[in-house]
Amino acid sequence: MKNMNIAVVDYGMGNLRSVSKALEHVAPNHTVIVTSDPQLITEAERVVFPGQGAMPDCIRELDMRGLRQVVIEATHTKPFLGICIGLQMLFERSEEGDAAGLGVFAGSVKRFATANMHDAQGQKLKVPHMGWSQVEQAVVHPLWQNIANHERFYYVHSYYVCPEDQSLVAGSTCYPDPFTCAIAKDNLFAVQFHPEKSAQAGLQLLSNFVHWQP
Amino acid sequence: MGLAKRIIPCLDVTDGRVVKGVNFLELRDAGDPVEIAQRYNDQGADELTFLDITASSDNRDLILHIIEEVASQVFIPLTVGGGVRKVEDVRRLLNAGADKVSINTTAVLNPKMVEDAAGRFGSQCIVVAIDAKKVDNQPFEWEVFTHGGRKPTGLDAVKWAQHMVRLGAGELLVTSMDRDGTKIGFNNPLNRAISDAVDVPLIASGGVGNLQHLVEGVTLGGADAVLAASIFHYGEYTVQQAKAYMQQHGIEVR
Repeated sequence: MKNMNIAVVDYGMGNLRSVSKALEHVAPNHTVIVTSDPQLITEAERVVFPGQGAMPDCIRELDMRGLRQVVIEATHTKPFLGICIGLQMLFERSEEGDAAGLGVFAGSVKRFATANMHDAQGQKLKVPHMGWSQVEQAVVHPLWQNIANHERFYYVHSYYVCPEDQSLVAGSTCYPDPFTCAIAKDNLFAVQFHPEKSAQAGLQLLSNFVHWQP
Repeated sequence: MGLAKRIIPCLDVTDGRVVKGVNFLELRDAGDPVEIAQRYNDQGADELTFLDITASSDNRDLILHIIEEVASQVFIPLTVGGGVRKVEDVRRLLNAGADKVSINTTAVLNPKMVEDAAGRFGSQCIVVAIDAKKVDNQPFEWEVFTHGGRKPTGLDAVKWAQHMVRLGAGELLVTSMDRDGTKIGFNNPLNRAISDAVDVPLIASGGVGNLQHLVEGVTLGGADAVLAASIFHYGEYTVQQAKAYMQQHGIEVR
């Protein structure tokens, strides 16, 4: 029998309940497991790599549990969805604590400038970028299926990724300048926003991921 | 293509029951938290806040079940506040499915708790609630009060807000005790003073009586999000109506 497990990588950084509940909601025929067991991650059909808090802590906790290699391997071998810090960690380096990432992709993670960010109405823009912003889809992709271009998703973050390879970019958001909010390569998709907290649009993206056959 | 201003309905919970809901006469069970949360979600609420007003500490854990139930069916951000005293309380609420936890009186009594909680779980999930009142007997304009607005603290609300952000608050929920329940609008000068003094988002609370008040909360008060209870609970307005009105007045909404 085909393994229908979706592994949500748990490395002890915060609450993964929202992610797992949202996946269960859209994938009633799959088994969603929240796990730090490398074996279960290796065996899973699909892998979701979430993250919250500070990236240096996330990397440290990931390494403490011996998960670095299985996560990197999964980015190359099976449907893989990175969320928030789970996107940021895929890059080489972050300004947050000047930490090294997993280096799956060339590029860095930068912080929004706190001073002098304003919107079109002249209102001060805050950091963290918290709330609902529009996503401009840069490519046609199975994970954007049935999601309108410029749909809003929920964000909460102070850092954003800057990929060196622009062909990775699958979506961007303005705050106030455009930044990369989604990347795609082969079997991998990763987003800065939180699909598990983005109401119908977010559930659609998760559903697309669950049915994705890259 | 900017950031939408958020509309956040606030639900009061006591002894594990939601005591204010959407136009609750219509509901079979006024206390069904999932039904109420789902209805606000369907109306387009950007977030939900649950405020635990349970008097007895014995029954305070009951809110955990509500959050668990809501979080498994409603997929928008959930904030929980009321009676949060220890880092352990924050952990349990987050594990139950809360995305953010709001800390009020304890932030004043034990500011280190804010720092500890932000250090452990990240600033993104720590909201500090500030209840402020205009005063004449201090060298500043607005004073922080605790215990539901009964106890003065001697703290300048603007300076206090800055201090809380330094300790790790990722968002501020500012309630004007002068306006709360009055339906005459937010205290916009208070909100503007705090919003301009910090880099984190500000949620305005206290005093909403009509949709123009929501607009003014953003345009005059500089709020990033507006929180309201009664105008939504009693069916005066839906969240959709609020959003349509704000949009007509040039405010970006989802």
